[in-house]
Amino acid sequence: MTLSDFDSYRPANEGRRKKKRNRPAGNGRRRGGGGDGAREMSMVDDVEFSDSYYGRPIVKPPPWDDKISAYLFLGGVAGGSAMLAVGAQAAGLEALRRNSRLTALGATIGGTGFLILDLGRPERFLHMMRTFKPSSPMNMGTWILGGFGTAAGVVAAIEVDRLTGENLPLGPLRALLHWIEKPTGALAALFGAPLASYTGALLADTAVPTWNAAKDNLSYLFVSSAAMASSGVAMMTTPASQTRPARALATLGAAADLYFAEKLTEPMHPAEAEPLQTGRAGKKLRWAKGLTIAGGIGAALLGGNRVAAIVSGAALATASLLTRSGVLEAGIESTKDPRHVVEPQKARLEARRAQGIVDDSITTVG
Amino acid sequence: MFDFREKPGQLIDAHGQDTERKGFFTDTSICIGCKACEVACKEWNEVPMDGNLELLESSYDNTGDLGANTWRHVAFIEQDEQQIEKARDSGQKLVSLGMPSIGAPEARQKESAKHIGMPEFGSPGTRIKEKVDNPPNPDTPEFRWLMSSDVCKHCTFAGCLDVCPTGALYRTEYGTVVVQDDICNGCGTCVAGCPFGVIERRDTGTIHTKPDRVDSRYAMDVKNEGTANKCTLCYDRLVDDQQPACAQTCPTTSIKFGNQSEMVESAVERVTTMHAQGSTEARLYGANPNDGVGGIGSVFLLLDEPEVYGLPPDPQVPTKDLPHMYKKVGIAAAGMLAAAATAFVGARKK
Repeated sequence: MTLSDFDSYRPANEGRRKKKRNRPAGNGRRRGGGGDGAREMSMVDDVEFSDSYYGRPIVKPPPWDDKISAYLFLGGVAGGSAMLAVGAQAAGLEALRRNSRLTALGATIGGTGFLILDLGRPERFLHMMRTFKPSSPMNMGTWILGGFGTAAGVVAAIEVDRLTGENLPLGPLRALLHWIEKPTGALAALFGAPLASYTGALLADTAVPTWNAAKDNLSYLFVSSAAMASSGVAMMTTPASQTRPARALATLGAAADLYFAEKLTEPMHPAEAEPLQTGRAGKKLRWAKGLTIAGGIGAALLGGNRVAAIVSGAALATASLLTRSGVLEAGIESTKDPRHVVEPQKARLEARRAQGIVDDSITTVG
Repeated sequence: MFDFREKPGQLIDAHGQDTERKGFFTDTSICIGCKACEVACKEWNEVPMDGNLELLESSYDNTGDLGANTWRHVAFIEQDEQQIEKARDSGQKLVSLGMPSIGAPEARQKESAKHIGMPEFGSPGTRIKEKVDNPPNPDTPEFRWLMSSDVCKHCTFAGCLDVCPTGALYRTEYGTVVVQDDICNGCGTCVAGCPFGVIERRDTGTIHTKPDRVDSRYAMDVKNEGTANKCTLCYDRLVDDQQPACAQTCPTTSIKFGNQSEMVESAVERVTTMHAQGSTEARLYGANPNDGVGGIGSVFLLLDEPEVYGLPPDPQVPTKDLPHMYKKVGIAAAGMLAAAATAFVGARKK
């Protein structure tokens, strides 16, 4: 290789170093020598470029942390509690009805608070409601949350009024509230179902590899988790004599949760499933599994005992929180290493090409 | 079947103005890595500085990636013989896949017929023109330097725009995707919705060059803090019939600006020329309206696989599968109601 006559004065080429794969960017020193400008020096140690740009992320994680995990958890608790309250009202289980309604409103307020705090501009929260936009699960969720919160708020207000011996300054409104109590409770339960399940679409409708790949089962996992969490809370707040239906729902929810947690990774590419199985997220999900099994068995067999019910209920609620947090964290983790983006995408591109589909690649030659 | 993806064509028409879709063609084969585009963009758009002045030890790239405070990013990649060979092969493979052509076939014929052999002797003027038309390749067989100025893709099917819950992200009359900074509430959904990792919430950023200047009397607030930020294709310049700052400043015309359809056309022409000259590593990125994002507004000519430049090899707009996801949401909700109803069977209080 000679570019000019003067190049013959160059020192002899040193052999290239052994390749290091997936070397994290930014650490390590530059190679010494050759800094006299005599020739073009490679400014970087050998890096395997074939599958990434210095190992830097391709997609960005959303700026979401455990405030969003808490919102996902509390939204599920709220939705499930509204359903328990309707059932309890129909079955005449007064303590369960009252406690579930109060839980529903408390969880809604808490969840909405976390949701607002997570915004970059919390004072603009209501901008979510300046439009109705079905293409945005976040927008749909806000409307669901708004509808749910209104209905849950009305029935919870009735309960508070009852608790205070009808001493709230409601005036003539009290008669109206009692008149709409049943339909409003049912409305809360109807909004509660999508409130618990839409978050599956919220996470799946993103370019975050692990969330997007979970689109087939994430909503199923989240409603199962919501059912067991809300029943778990009811088992903690309400005497065992009134929680038989909640215990049944807790057992159903726990069984479904275990099933869908397994199914979640089934359609995934190994690189998409990996963040759910390893690291902190994997650890959280393994704990969630253990607590779900323990709490589910406790709810099914020992729920008649007040102490056992409280322990089982707490285990189920904690398991649900850990599931949400684990899934959230796995998604964020999957954006950090470009491997989770590149490998599945190359695999699906190759698979389509193998089928003879060659007209939908973003890379073309004219 | 429902389709929740926003249709840019309809939206451009909805503006009721006689405008066309605008876009870039970034020809990385003539990029010299001067970063004038990064500077011009920062200056014009008042984009704050990103963190501290750090050396990232990635060739001459000390910017890192696109984000809230970086709307143009020049990538630098140093490659050896093996990698050059690999890139040439993978480009050749694209041809042998027999992909249907998506551009002007006239350009293709014109190019293959064109004389591309040794330069002829003539007047100095002709010789200079010949050099400009067929520049000598500065790369050596053992080493080459890839430089590429990355930017927001202004997708036909824009993931960020679809998932934005406030409507802060919208389609302009130029077919570009822009954030309304007074509407965005910083929820961050668009960040997750972008398959290219372009848009980001401005949580950090500084207009100071050193931390100790924070208290100086020249200190200013960071613009649009807490909201999502990205390239606007210099919307404010377009409405005045100007071209974006990066394209205007680019000294080698590596960044070209114009009507998107014409950008795709010239991109196809260029890649055809390069292949005819034996540079089979050349390929287009985003010029195909059938791809996962419906084609992009800022077409690129790359000299290696997209992932080498930090671009996704097969991006898909997540909203495409939203009907499927909503179906799951509905089934899950119904299932939960059914489970709750089942739990209360025979639960009347004694």
